[in-house]
This record gives sequence, structure tokens and C-alpha cells, in this order.
Amino acid sequence: MYRYDEFDHQFVRDRTNQFRNQAERRLSGELTEEEFRPLRLMNGLYLQLHAYMLRVAIPYGTLSSRQMRQLALIAEKWDRGYGHFTTRQNIQYNWIKLEDTADILDALAEVEMHAIQTSGNCIRNVTTDHWAGAAADEIADPRPVGELLRQWSSLHPEFSYLPRKFKIAVTGAPNDRAAVKVHDIGLRLHKNGEGEIGWEVIVGGGLGRTPMVGVTVRDFLPQHELIGYLEAIMRVYNLYGRRDNKYKARIKILVHEIGAETFKAEVEAEYAKRPHPSTEVEERELKRIAAYFAAPPLEKLPRWSPSFEEAKLANPAFARWTKNNLGPHQADGYAIVNISLKPEGGIPGDATADQMRVMADLAERYSFDELRVSHAQNIVLPHVKKDDVFAVYQALEKVELAAANYGLAGDIIACPGLDYCALATARSIPIAQSISRKFADSKKQDEIGKLKINISGCINACGHHHVGHIGILGLDKKGEEFYQITLGGSSAESASIGTILGPGFAGHEVADAIETILDTYLKLRDPGEEFLATYRRLGAKPFKEALYATA
Amino acid sequence: MPLLKNNLLVSDTWITAEAEGELPNAGDVIVPFARLHTEWDALSARTGRLGVRFGNTDKPEALAGFLPRLSVIVLPFPAFNDGRAYSIARRLREMGYRGELRAIGNVLPDQLQFMLQVGFDAFEIGERFPLETWQKASRQMSLAYQRGLFRRGAEAEIWTERHTDAEPWLEQPHAG
Amino acid sequence: MTTPEKGQLVTANRLRDGIAVFLTRSGDWSETIDDAVLAQEPQAAAALEARAKDDEKKTIVSGAYLIDAERIGGRVRAAHIRERMRALGPTVRLDLGKQAEGKGAGFAAPEGV
Repeated sequence: MYRYDEFDHQFVRDRTNQFRNQAERRLSGELTEEEFRPLRLMNGLYLQLHAYMLRVAIPYGTLSSRQMRQLALIAEKWDRGYGHFTTRQNIQYNWIKLEDTADILDALAEVEMHAIQTSGNCIRNVTTDHWAGAAADEIADPRPVGELLRQWSSLHPEFSYLPRKFKIAVTGAPNDRAAVKVHDIGLRLHKNGEGEIGWEVIVGGGLGRTPMVGVTVRDFLPQHELIGYLEAIMRVYNLYGRRDNKYKARIKILVHEIGAETFKAEVEAEYAKRPHPSTEVEERELKRIAAYFAAPPLEKLPRWSPSFEEAKLANPAFARWTKNNLGPHQADGYAIVNISLKPEGGIPGDATADQMRVMADLAERYSFDELRVSHAQNIVLPHVKKDDVFAVYQALEKVELAAANYGLAGDIIACPGLDYCALATARSIPIAQSISRKFADSKKQDEIGKLKINISGCINACGHHHVGHIGILGLDKKGEEFYQITLGGSSAESASIGTILGPGFAGHEVADAIETILDTYLKLRDPGEEFLATYRRLGAKPFKEALYATA
Repeated sequence: MPLLKNNLLVSDTWITAEAEGELPNAGDVIVPFARLHTEWDALSARTGRLGVRFGNTDKPEALAGFLPRLSVIVLPFPAFNDGRAYSIARRLREMGYRGELRAIGNVLPDQLQFMLQVGFDAFEIGERFPLETWQKASRQMSLAYQRGLFRRGAEAEIWTERHTDAEPWLEQPHAG
Repeated sequence: MTTPEKGQLVTANRLRDGIAVFLTRSGDWSETIDDAVLAQEPQAAAALEARAKDDEKKTIVSGAYLIDAERIGGRVRAAHIRERMRALGPTVRLDLGKQAEGKGAGFAAPEGV
């Protein structure tokens, strides 16, 4: 993975000093809150319900054991001993003080981390496939481009005061695990007949108040044109994106309002106008970065691991966990280990400092010192020998990280919601907990199979409920929390926005409603058919009828 | 109102004309963009230098023909989080403009370096912050990742520094 | 049992550490919602708001706003669960926030679902 050089180090040092100075000037009253707010947001610091919240960037969801240990230390030293992994592969701390923040940024800089631009009307963390560099179906690792774009977008002077936030995602596999179709810019890697890499450029996807799937503006952009072309898109957005209405300020609204064809024409016109200096430097830089993402020194192993198979036979719980929580690795004899941060009845995505340290140790010992954060708020050990998987499982069990529900009904994605977030209209975590308890039975979860349940505590949709197979949106009706259910969303390559089933439910009714929906699915599905496929085949009707049938 | 230029306070010797009314016979004058079109003959005939006050929703291309005759272009920041002028400024520099590019409106020390990097070189800063605050702000970041910025400050370009033996940026981005 | 005293109070976040606080009669900011002063008329509420805005300028607090609440037997209950949580802490971590520090007050938010 990427390692800072002297320039990267100096950059985060300067940035931290800059923020320290800004915070001092705020506390002294030299800066008003209105003036300070965009500055602190551009360093990831929110003012929330109980305290400040700091969102630390985990670029393209990749981190080392050393970095994970530092995140644990920060949780203990400056927070309440835990952190929350987010749906954009970052980590959040909920009990932060403004007066501590510069010190925390220093601690992050020590391990080549930062909180730059994790909020604010600027380009946010570039996210990617959490199995990048390991997945069996990958064409090429997208993370070098992720790192290139991270650098290019950091403190970009032209694009730091955009109409609204801007989110970019990249993927290198045909099975899109990065949700590129619902990002402001999504980049999909393709290879042509000559084996050259090009990027499909998708613009104007997004969730929130007006969810939309993005449009493709370029099918195969040569890699060396990436920066120039993205700058053209950003300039069109910066100049013409709406600034009169916060809820209509994303690029998706611009694309929708002027039309995809007109938007594409504007971008191409802008791109044609710009000076096109040699891109030799960008290409060299990309090569330099790519060297850090070379495959780890994997051993040549047989596909079959006798000790792994024996452990499964001897230990049914382990066998079940391997069935659900392992992903197919490119290399024989290896597996991708997915650690579920969704214990039964627990808070989705939260991990204690101790759990972080255990995961760091496991990564260092068994996974070439690398971990990933997924959009589903889980942690990945990307390169584990099958021979070692049982040892990893045993260690995870000791710290309650061995939930065998990865990708199943228990693997619920939920934003922090009203329990933490000042923007929320309803709580989301208690809903997740009630559903998790209702489907605690492992046989039931296995029977239901692959299922994405996403819960958002407000229309901002940080829980990505629009692209959940089952989506739950928390709203406010006359001061009381109530919940709307959507079905049939997907963030994969055949992306779709979920449709609202009908009137909403009170908090205590939601888990039963989900049970009714899933019972209907089990009754009507074809053999081996997953939930999303059944929904797409039958439509909402049978589910509506089951849910809203008069008693 | 004093201007910040090259990290020092200088007096503004320009007269800003209104939307309508007489223009001074001599001296340097800044006119609103609309008058540039309608009174071009009169303006070209004047002695004294010419500047224009541009809106942040105007298209920079509209200034193309006038650029060789302009010595000052004034761009507004109606709110400090309205970032349109950053793009307009950078575009004007890309179009070859080498005169003064002046930022007015909501200009804070914390945005100074970004403004310098996209090509602004003069700032109407008011009296709220002492000069030292502005000077310190202009030096906060010693590095920038992006290539081809129009920096006035001392930042090194990281990608250029890393690959010093590669082809240089052919177009000269530095204003003036 | 005394009749509930209904009105409005001001809540904000303390600037330096972000902790949710409530404006008291003496003009201080307390972490305990029971200490909050309740305004029972619109002018009184406006006066509270004005004092809060002043304190925002003095870098004491940030993000002050008025909320509906009632005082019963010395304890204050905010009308909305959001502010009940500001007074106590998250409903999903009863070991965190004011509720765990002995500073929690008011009526507890309904637990779970």
C-alpha cells in the first residue's frame, strides 16, 4: 500500500499546523463560527448531538496494522474507547473536543493519515472496492488511480468551494462493489483488445433526497487523460451547479436539469478548451504510485488446504463462518477474510479499541499487514492463507468479531442516526438491533441468503437505504419517529433505486414488517433465487399485499 | 481601500466607475462588464489604463477579445463559500491574461493561498485582520499537489518536484 | 404532584469541547437540563435566544436554538427525543454521555424500540 514520501509528510504537517492556527483563532474569537465552519469541515470536524465528531479519512478503505493501532489509541486517548466505520470507508469518533483536534491530527499524521476533506463542499474520500487487489474477478487494481485522485483532489484551489460535497468512487472489477453508479463521479476500469486500460466515466449518480443513477459520459477514457478530463467535469460543476438551494446543489441535479447530452457537451467543450500540457508527469506519478500496490509476495500454494478442511469438519460454527464470511481470492490457497462488525443486537460498524488492536495484529501476522474497510461497515483481511484461516477465526471469536453473517440479513448497514447525528430525523441503530435480534437464528439467516438491509436515519441517506435490497428510511411524523420501507435497490453494476412500499411504520413495528417481507420472499422464490432477483421478477405487489393486507 | 499585493498593503489608484454616468477623462478606470461592450469605442480612445469588473456568473470567454487591453479584472466573492470565481480566475489565466486579477467581497485570510494559486494577485481585504495574519496565511502550506497552478506564494508543486527530469509544463502558467 | 410548567429553553454546544449544554437563569450554561430556565412567554423566549446569541459571539457556545420542554417536580423533559438525548446521551449506549456521568437529568428517552 501507499507510503508517504517527504512531500506527503510535509503536506499533512503543514495542514495540521494550519488547522491548529485556525482552531486557535476560532477559540479566541478572531473567526466567527460561520467563517470557521467550512474550515473545520474541510478537516472532518462536525458539531453533532453530544459533542464534536471527527471523520478520519481511510483512503480507498485501505490501512495498515500500524494505522489501525493508532486509530485504537486515538479512540482511547481522545474519545470513549471506540470508533465507527462508515459507509464511505472512513472512521468516525463521536466524542471529540475542538481543543484536542489539532493534537489528534498530529497523531494521525504520525502514521500517514489525516482528516482532510472528509466533509465540506469539496472532493471527499475516493472510495473503492474493499476487495481491490485480491478479488478473483478483478481486471486490475483501481487503487493506484484512487491514490492519484486523492493527491490531485487534496486542497485543490479551484475546487474547494463547490456548490456541494463531491464523492468519487473507482472500481477495477466487473462486479461493482464500489457503487460507482451512485456517486458524483464513478470510474470503472476496462481493458480493450490491446490490453490497454481505459476508464468508463459515470457522472451524476447519488442518493439523498433525489436518488439517481449516473450517466456514462465516456466509455473508454485513456488513463493519461483522467486528471484533465475530471478537471473539466469539476469546472463545469463549479460554475453551473446550483447554489441557491442546498437540496438541489449536487452535480446529479445539474445533469438532470440540463440533460445528459447537454452536460456531456459542456464537459467536452471545456475539455477541448483547456491547455493540454504533456501528461508525462501524471503518468510517471501513477507508475510511481502503482509500485506500492504491487501484489504482496503470495506463496505458491495448492488450492486445497487439508488443515482448513479438517477444521471445518471438526467445527460446525467455523464451517458456517467460512461459508458466509470468506471471499474468493485471486491466488490458490488464499482467501479474503471478511470480519463482520455486526454482532447480534450490536451497533453496526462500531469497534472497540481492543477489537481494533486484535484486527491489526491479525493483519500483521496473517494478511501482509493490510486491512480494508467496506461500504457495509465491515473490515476485510484481504490475503489470508487458507492454512491460517482457522487461527484467525479463533482470535476473532475471543473478541466477539466472529459473527458469521457477512452479506446476510444480520449484516445490516445503518448510519449512526438520531442517537448521534444532529442532522437525523429518527434513530436507526435501535431499528438495526431489533432486526438483528429477530433474525438471530443462523439457520434462518442462511435460509434467506444474501440480503442487504440498509437503514438511514434521515433523507441524507448516509445509510444508503436507496440501494438496499430492503431499505429503511427514518422520518419524523408529528414529533414521533416513523419508518418507510423501500424494496429492490442495488448499488451493483445493474444499479437501481428502491421503491417505496407504502405507508410507514412505527419503530417497534419495523422488525415484524421485515419478517413479513422475508416470509413472502421465502414462499415465492424460485429455488436458489436471491431476494433481489425475486423482487425484480415479481415486483412489489406480493410484498405490498402481505404487508398491508387488512387483518 | 488598500489592496494586498505581494503580501504588502498598497493603495488602490484605480477609479471604479458606476453602471452609468461619466467616465473620468484620464486615469485608470474599472468599468462594469456591460459598459465594456456598449462603450468600447470611448473606452479604447481614453488615455489611462482599463479594467473590468466581472460577475461570477459571467462566462470568462466573453472577455476573450478584450484581454489584451485590460490591466485589471475584478472578480467578486459574494459569499466566502461561493467558489465560482476560482474557476473564472484560473480560466482567465489559461486564456493568457497576464494583468492584475483582483478579488473583492468576502475574502478571508484562510482562502488567500487558494486564490493565489488560481491566479489572483490583488485582494481588497478591509481592516478586519492585521497584515501579519494575511502574510502568515499566504505561507501556511509550503506544498501543493496540483500541477500548473498560478502560484504567487512559495509553494512547491509536489508532482513536479518528484519528477524534475520530466518534460516541463509547456505553457507558462505563472502570471506576470 | 405539581402541574407541569411548559415553556421553551435554549440548548447549544459548548465551543471548546462540543458538549451539549442548556442556558440557566443566571446566564451560565449547564450540562444538566434540570438547571435550564424555561421561558413561558414569547418575549421571554426571545430574550433567552438573544442572550445565547451574545454568548455565541463571546466564543462560549455555538449552534444555540430554542426547544419546547416542560418542568415537572423540578425535572425537565424536552419535548423531542433529540433533545432528551442531548440531556442524557445516546439511547443505544447507556454507558456513555451524561446519563453515565451522573449529569443526566430529565426523563429518560424511551429505551430501544
